Amino acid sequence: MYILLVIVGSAIVTFIPRVIPLVLLSRIQIPEWGINWLKHIPVAVMAALLAQELLLSNNQFSISDNLLSLLAALPTFLVAIFSRSLLGTVLVGVISLMILRFFF
Amino acid sequence: MNESALYYEEEDSFWQGVKDCVPTLLGYLSIGFAAGVVEKTAGLSIAEIALISLILYAGSGQFIAAGMIAAAHPISAIVFTIFFVNSRHLLLSAAIAPYFRKQTIGQNILTGALLTDETFGVAINHAQHKKQLNYKWMLGLNITAYLNWVLANIAGGFFGQWIPTPEKYGLDFALPAMFIGLLILQIMSHKKYFIDIIVALSAVLIVVISSFLFPGSAGVIIATIAAATIGMVIERWK
Repeated sequence: MYILLVIVGSAIVTFIPRVIPLVLLSRIQIPEWGINWLKHIPVAVMAALLAQELLLSNNQFSISDNLLSLLAALPTFLVAIFSRSLLGTVLVGVISLMILRFFF
Repeated sequence: MNESALYYEEEDSFWQGVKDCVPTLLGYLSIGFAAGVVEKTAGLSIAEIALISLILYAGSGQFIAAGMIAAAHPISAIVFTIFFVNSRHLLLSAAIAPYFRKQTIGQNILTGALLTDETFGVAINHAQHKKQLNYKWMLGLNITAYLNWVLANIAGGFFGQWIPTPEKYGLDFALPAMFIGLLILQIMSHKKYFIDIIVALSAVLIVVISSFLFPGSAGVIIATIAAATIGMVIERWK
């Protein structure tokens, strides 16, 4: 019962913030400054999520814990910039880290 | 005329959405598998693993739930923590709302319920140079991601104990690599390099600073709000 309540409770509080803005904001005219602000959300959130993955370890800033991932990020960035292929970027990233782990 | 109409149709079909989801699948499968392993270790049954991936459907949320269940935290504490971690979806949901003006409320509820970091990233890239996103395309994208996530979770619960950790094969890098790809594609197609790079660097810096100031994962939300505001202000002053 405990696990079931955790699952259902967590699902409800996750569902609400996913759905409410989409349902409400698609119905109303958002002011221009609001649109200009929302336009920057994609770059901001992707950079923030990436920083969390590559610079933090258990929510502590750490370069040494993330060294191999940071090294693997270099070829991954280059492939993303020059190929503009999402799949190619993911594959090169995963293979880069696999090779680095093999040697270090 | 006919040809371009045909092209448009083809570009935005359900199946095109399914195809556009393919680059994210390695991430969903490896992280979903890892989530299944962690959930099983935390004491969830296969039915409970299926349920949590079906109705919570959030990587970070499921890892946190499993960890806190294993440590027997009170229900209210777990639910509150997950609400806070997943409240970044407010921003994602708001940011794609202008592209879904023509859908019914029911369609928007379904689109929102299946919104993740990755499907958001793919959708917002697809939305460049478009006024609206096609509901069927979005459904194809969302359902492909969703099914792969649920199946990977269940597989992790079943086979986790016999299979070595996904880290051995660098698969844990599928998620950051995905974020790198989505970030770069976004910046390259925007062609506002100066402002986008400032926004991205601000977000990175604020995430790091937040990690010193606040426990837990408030950083991503604070950084996203602050960096988007910085971008808006600079754009106005330039």
